[in-house]
Amino acid sequence: MIGSLKPPVVWALGAIFGVLLLATVVVAILKWRRPGKASDELGVRIRSWWVMATVFTLALVLSRRTSLVFFAFLSFLALKEYLSLIPTRRADRRVLLWAYLAIPLQYWWIATDWYGMFIIFIPVYMFLLLPLQMVLVGDTRGFLKAVGTLHWGLMVTVFAISHVACLLALPEGTNPVGGGPALVLFLVLLTEFNDVAQFIWGKLLGKRAAVPTVSPNKTVAGFVGGALTTVGLALLMAPWLTPFSRREAVVVGLILGVGGFIGDVIISAVKRDLGVKDSGAMLPGHGGVLDRIDSLTFTAPLFFHYVRYFH
Amino acid sequence: MAAFLKHLFFWLVVRPIVLVLLGLNVRRRELLPTDGPAILVANHNSHLDTLVLMALLPAGLLPRVRPVAAADYFLRNRLMAWFSLRVIGILPVSRQGRKPGTDPLAEADAALDRREVVILFPEGTRGEPESLAHLKSGVAHLALAHPEAPLLPVFLHGLGKSLPKGAFLPVPFFCDVFVGEPLYGGEERWAGDAHRLLDGLNGSLKELASEGSFPEWT
Repeated sequence: MIGSLKPPVVWALGAIFGVLLLATVVVAILKWRRPGKASDELGVRIRSWWVMATVFTLALVLSRRTSLVFFAFLSFLALKEYLSLIPTRRADRRVLLWAYLAIPLQYWWIATDWYGMFIIFIPVYMFLLLPLQMVLVGDTRGFLKAVGTLHWGLMVTVFAISHVACLLALPEGTNPVGGGPALVLFLVLLTEFNDVAQFIWGKLLGKRAAVPTVSPNKTVAGFVGGALTTVGLALLMAPWLTPFSRREAVVVGLILGVGGFIGDVIISAVKRDLGVKDSGAMLPGHGGVLDRIDSLTFTAPLFFHYVRYFH
Repeated sequence: MAAFLKHLFFWLVVRPIVLVLLGLNVRRRELLPTDGPAILVANHNSHLDTLVLMALLPAGLLPRVRPVAAADYFLRNRLMAWFSLRVIGILPVSRQGRKPGTDPLAEADAALDRREVVILFPEGTRGEPESLAHLKSGVAHLALAHPEAPLLPVFLHGLGKSLPKGAFLPVPFFCDVFVGEPLYGGEERWAGDAHRLLDGLNGSLKELASEGSFPEWT
C-alpha cells in the first residue's frame, strides 16, 4: 500500500499530477484565447495523459503484484496491437496463442525472482519454440517472414517492456533511496518526459529532419533539445529517486534521451513499412499503446542493465 | 429469468472477451440505435460477430436485441437450442428450401412490429473468413416492409481472424467495427424495389470496408 512507498516516490507522483494540472489549465486558456483544432487536439491528448498517469500511479502504489499485472497487461495490449497490424498467416493461429502465453510466463519469472529464466526465456526458448510450432503446422509459404516478425514483436512488446517490471525485482539495497518503485517511476517518467520534450523542442526550433525517410516530423533540434532537457530533469530527480551520482545522472539522462529517440523512430519505421499512421486507436490524441511506449521498448532494457551492472 | 441470464452471460462472458481479450476500434458508435425498431446488418465471418454487435448496444436494450440465426445450426440439439433461444434470444430462420407461401423472415418481421432490434447477416453464412459474399435479398424485403426501422450497415473486421469458422479458441486481435449511416426502406430512391435497396446496402458495406487498411491474412 501507499504506506510502503518511500516519501520521494509519493512526492514525485504528486509532482506529475501537479504538472498535468498546470498543463490542463494552460491548454484551457489556450483554447479560450485561440480556439481551433490544434488546442482541441492538445486537450484530448492531455486528457489521455490523465488516464495513463492515474492507471500507472495505481499500479505502482497498490502492491508489487498489481505492478506486475499492470505491466503484463501492457505487454498484452502492445503485442495484440502489433499482431493486429502485421500480416499473419491463418495457419499460425495456434502459434500466436503460444506467443501470447509467453506473457504470463515472462512476468511469472519476475514474480518469483528467477532472473536467469527471465533473461533467456524469450530470446532463447521462445526463439526455439515458435519455429517448431510453425513447422508442426506444416505451412512453408512465408515461413521465414512469419517466424521472424512474430519473434521480433515478442522481443519488443514482451521482453523489452518486462524490463520495466524487473526493476521491482532487483535485490534490496540496489536503490536505498526509494527501492524498485522509484526506479520504475524514474525510468517511465523520464522516457515519457523525453518524448514530450522532443516534441516541444521540435515544434519550437525544429527545421532539419533527423531521419527524413523514416519520420519527417522528428527534427535534429527536437532530438538534441529533448535529450538535453531530459539530462536536466535526470540531474534534478536522481538524488530523490535513484542511487546515481551527478555524473551518472548525466550519463543515464543521455541514455534515456538518445535511447528513447531510437525506440521512437524504430516503431515509426515499422508503421511506415506497414503503411499506417498510428499503431492503434486506444489512446485518443496519442494513437495506440505501441505509439506511447515505443521509446520505452528501447530505454527499459538499457536502463535496467545500467542499474543492474553498476549498482 | 431469460433476461437475467442474458445480462449475466453478457457481463460475465461476452463483455470481458469482446472488450478485454479482443478490444474493439469502433467508428461512429453514436449511430448505433438506442431504441427499437431497427435492423442491424453486418458482414459475417465469425460467431463473435453477433456477440460484438449485441455487446455494443446499450445494456438496457439487450433483452430486445434479436439476432437472426440459422435454425439448422443453432437448434441442432436441445442444449444448443435452449442456449440460443433462451439466453441469446435468436430468431431462428430456416436455410433449407423455402416452402411456397411462407416467409422465412416472418419472425424478424414480428420482432420489428414489437419494436425490437433485429441483427441480420445477409451473406447467410460465415463463409470464407474476412471476405464479403453475395447478399441475400431477405433483408431488403424486411426493410421495405418496415420503412420506420433504420437499416444500419456495420462493417466488421478481425473477428474472422480471431475466431474463424471451425475454430474453438479465440486468438486476441484488435477488431474494427465501422458503423455506417442508416438507410430507410421508405426512401424514394429504392422505389420499393428490393434489388435497388440491396445494391445500396452492398455499396454502403463496401464503402465502409474501404475505410480501413487491413493487413494480409492468408
